[in-house]
Amino acid sequence: MAAVDVALKRTPLHAAHRRAGAKMVEFAGWDMPVQYRGVIEEHLAVRSAAGLFDVSHMGEIEVRGAGALEFCQRLTANDVARLQLFQAQYSFLLNEQGGVIDDVIIYRVKPEAYFICVNASNVDKDFAWLASHAGADVEVDNQSAMYAQLALQGPAAEAILQPLTGQPLDAIKSFQFRFADVAAVRCLVARTGYTGEPGFELYCHGDAAERLWNALMQAGQSHGLVAVGLGARDTLRLEKAYPLYGHELDDSTTPLEAGLEWVVKLTKPSFLGRERLLEQKQQGVTRKLVGLEALEPGIPRGGYGVFKDGAKTGAITSGTKSPSLGKAIALAYVASDQARIDNRLDVEIRGRKIGAKIVSLPFYRR
Amino acid sequence: MEFPEGLKYSKEHEWVLVEGTSATIGITEYAQEELGDIVFVELPEVGEKIVKDDPFGAVESVKAVSDIYAPVSGEVMETNEILPDNPETINDDPYGDGWMVRVELSDIDDLKDLMDADEYAEYVAQQKEDEDDEDEDEEDDEEEDEDEDEEK
Repeated sequence: MAAVDVALKRTPLHAAHRRAGAKMVEFAGWDMPVQYRGVIEEHLAVRSAAGLFDVSHMGEIEVRGAGALEFCQRLTANDVARLQLFQAQYSFLLNEQGGVIDDVIIYRVKPEAYFICVNASNVDKDFAWLASHAGADVEVDNQSAMYAQLALQGPAAEAILQPLTGQPLDAIKSFQFRFADVAAVRCLVARTGYTGEPGFELYCHGDAAERLWNALMQAGQSHGLVAVGLGARDTLRLEKAYPLYGHELDDSTTPLEAGLEWVVKLTKPSFLGRERLLEQKQQGVTRKLVGLEALEPGIPRGGYGVFKDGAKTGAITSGTKSPSLGKAIALAYVASDQARIDNRLDVEIRGRKIGAKIVSLPFYRR
Repeated sequence: MEFPEGLKYSKEHEWVLVEGTSATIGITEYAQEELGDIVFVELPEVGEKIVKDDPFGAVESVKAVSDIYAPVSGEVMETNEILPDNPETINDDPYGDGWMVRVELSDIDDLKDLMDADEYAEYVAQQKEDEDDEDEDEEDDEEEDEDEDEEK
């Protein structure tokens, strides 16, 4: 194998993953575990019991100061004014063309401070974008190197986590969070996730990450908790049709095309990208994100062409064999006039076309 | 890791069982382990000709597609019919029930380029060592980075 030119970044749990026998891969400049015992086994464990993910590669940027609310309102598409203290929301950073710079979760951690979780691949881009728009009454602070993030996901997540913390977890509703000690490690404990299962995301100082990881693994042993790599993280999110930046979303894709208009609050008087989105909403989008199910053997993968009666009408953004459903599923952008449920299309797989049909999303429902 | 005697091995991690002019082809234990859970297999049709070093099919894990390169040239006489519905057989029994195709060799000399079990075992060990070296290099790099940080 060719030597790597640039040293990959490592999370504080890197050595622990290696000891656990994880297979490591490069992801967004990080050396990350793609699987421990196998993608399918890990996937199914999250759906039936629980899984623990190291997602410390994700970035964290804090925005604080007297102008923080106004700044976040202008730089993000969702309505930040709706956020109470200890509430979180899914949102986008948009460019002037309405394209997605990043999809993020914003946590209101103090009355005048917002903690933004961003994609690993976009940390530098997001930070530069935010910093370049900040006025004197706002401080933008890239804290990515300081934090580790663990995701505890699955129907058993709460039963595993509760004995480790004095914080009543039933007091934390969906998209809420608290600061609490978990196994004596100070954490931001949020009821959020990327799997479609009940669960939590825990942010802590990098130095404490291994202690927290070990405590959770031990507490989860009797509940069937397993360590889960990025492989199953991807199949879990895809079954729920959650977008992955760089696949379903990028700088030239708008939330309206991605079917994520619910995130965008066009009623807000002003935010970056709003004018273009209003225009696009009025004119109608030319392409839409749809879910496809393969009707013949084969697995559609990102980049494969999608055809209607021999003419190209779009392309796959993500595809896999769904471990929960046992079927090949994919997300694809297709021409708007083809984006209707049950429409029969073809996907070109290595020079051969297979039949597929558009299905409603998400692919997987509990 | 197992490297059965009596099989020939390619650098692309296929094995070949030669019986007269017939060659049965599959992927090695090392290959299936590197791929992870196999969920789909694409094989040529009976009667198709495969060409040494060209892809003749594909195996897909949940995550990715990998081409399978023909270790020898020949005409496909038989394909493993259990694989389309049970691709995980390759993970479970790569040298046995997980075989992929049987071809009639078109050039017996193709076999000269293949390794025997001992050579292949060494080849795999070398590959693993290279991976580990890479890791050590990274560690060295990291230490250098840290030094640089201290200088700043």
